This record gives sequence, structure tokens and C-alpha cells, in this order.
Amino acid sequence: MTAPDAAELRRLTRELLAAHPPATTDPTDFLKARFDAGLAWVHYPAGLGGLDAPRSLQPVVDAELAAANAPDNDPRRIGIGLGMAAPTILGFGTDEQKQRFLRPLWVGEEVWCQLFSEPGAGSDLAALGTRAVRDGEDWVVDGQKVWTSSAHVARWAILIARTDPDVPKHRGISYFICDMTDPGVEVRPLRQITGEAEFNEVFLTGVRIPDSRRLGAVGEGWKVAQTTLMNERVSIGGSRIPREGGMIGPIARTWRERPELRTHDLHQRLLTLWVEAEVARLAGERLRQQLVAGQPGPEGSGMKLAFARLNQEISGLEVELLGDDGLLYSDWTMRRPDHVDFTGRDAGYRYLRSKGNSIEGGTSEVLLNIVAERVLGLPAEPRNDKDVAWKDLSR
Amino acid sequence: MTAQTEPTQAPDLLYSEAEEDLRAAVRSLLADRADAPTVIAGTESDTPYDAQLWKALAADIGAAGLLVPEKLGGQGATHREAAVVVEELGRSVAPAPYLTSSVVATETLLALGAQDGPVGGLLAELAAGRKVAVLAVPFSAAASDTPVVTGSLEGTLGPVADAAAADVLLVPTTDGLYAVAADAPGVAVQPLVPLDLTRPLATVTLTGAAGTRLADAGATRPAVDRGLLAGAGLLASEQLGLAEWCLTETVRHTRERHQFNRPVGSFQSLKHRMAQLWLEVVSARAAARNAADALATSSPDAPLAVAVAQAYCSKVAVHAAEECVQLHGGIGMTWEHPAHLYLKRAKADANAFGTAGRHRETVAALMELPAP
Repeated sequence: MTAPDAAELRRLTRELLAAHPPATTDPTDFLKARFDAGLAWVHYPAGLGGLDAPRSLQPVVDAELAAANAPDNDPRRIGIGLGMAAPTILGFGTDEQKQRFLRPLWVGEEVWCQLFSEPGAGSDLAALGTRAVRDGEDWVVDGQKVWTSSAHVARWAILIARTDPDVPKHRGISYFICDMTDPGVEVRPLRQITGEAEFNEVFLTGVRIPDSRRLGAVGEGWKVAQTTLMNERVSIGGSRIPREGGMIGPIARTWRERPELRTHDLHQRLLTLWVEAEVARLAGERLRQQLVAGQPGPEGSGMKLAFARLNQEISGLEVELLGDDGLLYSDWTMRRPDHVDFTGRDAGYRYLRSKGNSIEGGTSEVLLNIVAERVLGLPAEPRNDKDVAWKDLSR
Repeated sequence: MTAQTEPTQAPDLLYSEAEEDLRAAVRSLLADRADAPTVIAGTESDTPYDAQLWKALAADIGAAGLLVPEKLGGQGATHREAAVVVEELGRSVAPAPYLTSSVVATETLLALGAQDGPVGGLLAELAAGRKVAVLAVPFSAAASDTPVVTGSLEGTLGPVADAAAADVLLVPTTDGLYAVAADAPGVAVQPLVPLDLTRPLATVTLTGAAGTRLADAGATRPAVDRGLLAGAGLLASEQLGLAEWCLTETVRHTRERHQFNRPVGSFQSLKHRMAQLWLEVVSARAAARNAADALATSSPDAPLAVAVAQAYCSKVAVHAAEECVQLHGGIGMTWEHPAHLYLKRAKADANAFGTAGRHRETVAALMELPAP
């Protein structure tokens, strides 16, 4: 069978809509039918929610469904599953694992989280110390993970743990699927700088994971994790960002609406940041056009750096611009937001939340190293951790 | 009051295949005729311009006529292609009156809208590379602050860029726009000592000179503004090419230069500075392409696109050149190494066609972000 083209996908989508009218179909049932029709992610294999079609044709399906008011799978709620767990399961999972996990993941019946970072392993993730010890057909896992979003609502987790402490750190890691309902899994909210808790700490005590839920070979977990982490990189390529579409929007509106706040100093700083935000937007648009033209460049590695700095500087200026109002904060009550909102709420929240933009998903310092070494070809710093057994590393 | 709205059609920020071919031709020519030692030697000679280089660029490659329609003997191309030529000239800092004659003067004449008569004739000469014309305004002038001399062609203007290379001076006066032969009686072009050795400056003194009136007073202002807008927009591409050279050479140097028994480019404190510069160059490319595309398509967004590009790229070029000098260490301070040519060009470019601050004022006006 050859891969369907746009016309065929459009026909299949209309067929799905005719058989399961969104207005009268339960949303979850509709999503299951969409998955079974191969219209969930068309570039996935047939039988696993796709039709082996080019990924670039997904918008054809999405546009038809949006026009018919069909329900979506709320990608913000299940982002870790869609963006990280699914590509890893597809790439390294057994047939049984793919059959078992991908459908409920995509439909949204089962939420996923990611058990990677540890208190002692942030930028140096490969130094992680959570142990997985073989015991018959199971692995017994003990350790602590941190900065886990969705852990409190997740059914499953992708987990990396140390299976061999006697070899250098990158070689002694294995990759597992962890059942978050196991009695040894304890999830505690991690209250953050904004007063709320988007994330969790996860304590693993004697958690038993059957060997059938390992992804990839024993000791190959770091390689498997690269797939996961590559998919974590912000995927630009969707739609055009409008002018004043990001963090610069609220401060520009405040400037226009509240002339009494204006000073010459703030004006110069606002204009400088406005120009930088517009240029960053154009750089993102240029990257998008490169991807569409099939000529992806290394520019993507830089966009997160640019937006992190701009978000921080713009929101910092906004607090200053607001004067007396900048002294106030909306609400310090401990809450559990459903999803991350970088530009929402008030200036103080934006200022504090954006501090994480240069830490989460790779610190700006590490990203600068990556640009320097992989894009510019500059030599790596001398290292003393590559040929040392994990158990002998300083910590 | 509403701020300028964004065009619905996205600008094309990439380079086409034809543009890449043009780049390759210009780059190859500049590598042959304008390597760094040649450019340095030229700046200290009596003839800062290489006539053969100009002929090859302007006439043989046809770069001088890119903006000029084919029926006037030009290439009928756009600012997108001209921007690629300017980018390569920035990368080599070779002295060539391209931005001043083939972009600013040419665009000013084109904006007059005359297909024949003296304007059409002069455009054909410029497009063929047979003549060089410059707009007789200070190099620092931005669109809308054009100074004009009195109608009798009396006065002193400057510093005018590339006036020494010009056959024709386009002089905006209170009475209209005049074409004045540079060697006509009553015209004195006095070379100045420029900060940027690779773009000669001169004072133009007019004492009862005679010229051909190309446009009346009403048509002069918008045409000159359009010429200066195109100059500012494409200057961003020069700054991009210049900045990219500085980054490339700095990376090359720090990979090769060893101190403390390692390449100095392996130190994180240096790597981060170069990575930061790379990000600025990537951003400058998007801003410069956006300005060139807006000019090429006569987009209503062009004044904003140009102001954004100038407000951003001036700073990037200066930063890149300053980092180039610093990260080269002692060799970067010598006359022998070309880094100083780039620093001087970058610093002078930041004052050309209006400073970054001046362009931010334009952004403020267009986006309804007024001063207190």
C-alpha cells in the first residue's frame, strides 16, 4: 500500500466525520475512532494511529477536523506523552509495548510524565543516581526525581535509572516505563518561585518494574534518552507568530494605555527590547520557512536562548514600568495549574516564571556550549569524567 | 490611533538559488581582487578604489544595474539581490561605491518615476557601470532629515561618502534635485580623513555650480527619502556580512591559537561570547532579509522593517567587530591584521543613514509607542 496523499487524507477524514459526527459522538470515542482510522498522527505506522504518510500532511487532516468542530486530545495536557514518550516508544519499544501504550497515550486516557532530572543530576543528567537492580523478572528501583510535570496526574512515566555503577556514567543507564500507581511511587508537589506548583518531586522506593517494560537494551538507556531529549527541543514550524505576539505584547499595551507611567529612560529601554523581540520573531519566522523549504539549519538551537533572555528582560522592565502596581502580586496561594502559562497572569508572575526559561529544557549556559561546539566547531573543554566508573565520580 | 498593522503576506526571509549564485560570483571576484592585504594597501595609496574591481562588479557581473529596469539597461532585479551583493561587500570591506551609487543614488533617481530624459539617461549610465553617482548629503543623514542647499547650488556638504569616486553628484536643493558633474566648474570635492578607511569621505563645496534639474522641489523630498530608506535597509546586509566575517575569523583564530596548552577557543568564557555572537548574527540575518524583502516588494511595512533592521544590525556589527579585536588578543590591535578595517567600518556604519537611536524613534512613531 502506498502512502496516502493530501486528497486521500481529506477523503478519509470526511469519512471519519461522517461515521462519527462530532456533535453526537462522545469525545473520547471520537478520538479512538480517529486513532483507529490512522488520522491521529499520519506519519506513524498503520495500526498505530498513522498511515505512513509524510508528517507535513498532518495539517490537511487537522484543518478538516477543526472546520468540523471535532474534539482534540488537549495536547497541552498530554504534552510529555505526545512529545517525548511516544517517539521513544515508537523508536525503541517492542510491538507489544507499542500496541499497549500508544493508543491510550494519544487519546489522552493515560497521561505520561518524565522521570529524568534528579537533585544531583541537572545539566549533568548522565550522572544520575537512581538505581535499578535486577531481581528475577523485575527491576527494583530506588531514588529521587525532580521537576516532574504532570506526575500527580500521570498513569505512566518514562524513567532512566542506573543499572551498572561500575562503568562510566553514560554506559550504565537503562530506560524503563514506570507505573505511577505502584505503591513505591510517592509524588509531592514542588512549590516554586511563583507560589504555585507546576512540578513535582517523585520518590521511588522499592518500585518493581517488570523487565518487559524496559525500552531498549540494558545499558543503552542514554542512547534511548537522546531520542526523548531531541523531541523536547521546542518545535517551531507550526504557525507564524504575530507581531507583538509574545511577552512584548502586554508591556506595549500598557505603554499605550497608561501615558502617566512613561519616562524617557523606560522609553529607550522599551524600544530596544521591542526591536529585539521583533527581530527574534523574524528569526523564528525565518527558521520556520527553512523547515518548510526542507532546509533546516542550526538556528533552532539559538531560539530558546533568545526567547529566555527576552522574556526575562521584558517582564523585568514591565514590573518597573508599573510603578506602584509593580509592587503588588496577584496571588501567592499554593495552586496546581493544569498547564504552563508563560505569558498569563500579571507582570510579577511573568517576571518570576520567566526565570525558569533559562534553566528548564537545558540551561542557557549549556545551550551556549552546544552552539559553540556543534554549530561553530569550537573545541570541548577538557573533561575528567568520561573514562571514570560512575561510582568513582565526585558528588 | 492604531499602530502599524502587520502585512498578511509573510516576508520571504530565505535566499533563492539565483541569489546564492549571485553571491558566489561576487564572493569569488572579491576573493580574487580584494583580499585583506590588498585592501589594506589600497587604503594607504592615492587610489582607494580599484577601477578593475568596480568594472568587474558593476558591468561584468551586472551588479550596478540590479535595481534598474531592463528597458533602461538594468537587470530588472530587486533589493533582495542587491542586498546579497552588499552583504558580500561587507564581508570583504572592499572599497566600492556600490551602496552609495548603485543603491542610494539609483533608488533616488528611480523614485522620480521618469523613464526618459536626463533621469533615464543617467540611470542607464549607472546601470551599465559607466558612471558613478552619489547623493550629496552627509553619510549620517536618515530619511526625512535631508539637508538641502539653496537653489543657486551654493554651499558646503559633507561628509559625503564615495564623493571622490563620483562622476555625478545628485544635489537636493530648495529648488529641486540637480545632477552636477563632479568635475564641473564651481564644484570642489575635498577628501577628508575618514574613521573608516575603506569608505572614503569628502566635503563637497558648491560655488555657483551649474547642473541639470532632474525634479522640482515637491518631487525631490520623497525621492531622496526613498533613496535613503533603501540605503539604510541594505546597509543592514552590509552589517550582516561584516559581522559574519568577524565571527568566522574569530572562531578560526581561537581554534588555532594555543595558550595554557589548549586552544583558547576551548575556554567556556570565550565560547559563550562567540555563541552569543552567532545568535546575534542569525538574528541580524532575519532582520536584514526582512528589510530587503520589504523594499523589494514595496511593502507598506518597509519603513518599519528598515528601522528595525538598522536599530538591530548596527549594534550587532559593532559588537562582532569589537569581539573580533578582543578575542584575537594582541594581533587584533595591529595594522597588519584586517580586524581594524572591520571595526572601523562597523563603527562608521553605525552612524550612517541615522543611528540606531534615530531608527528606534521611527519604530516608536510607527508602532504608537510615544515618548513621555
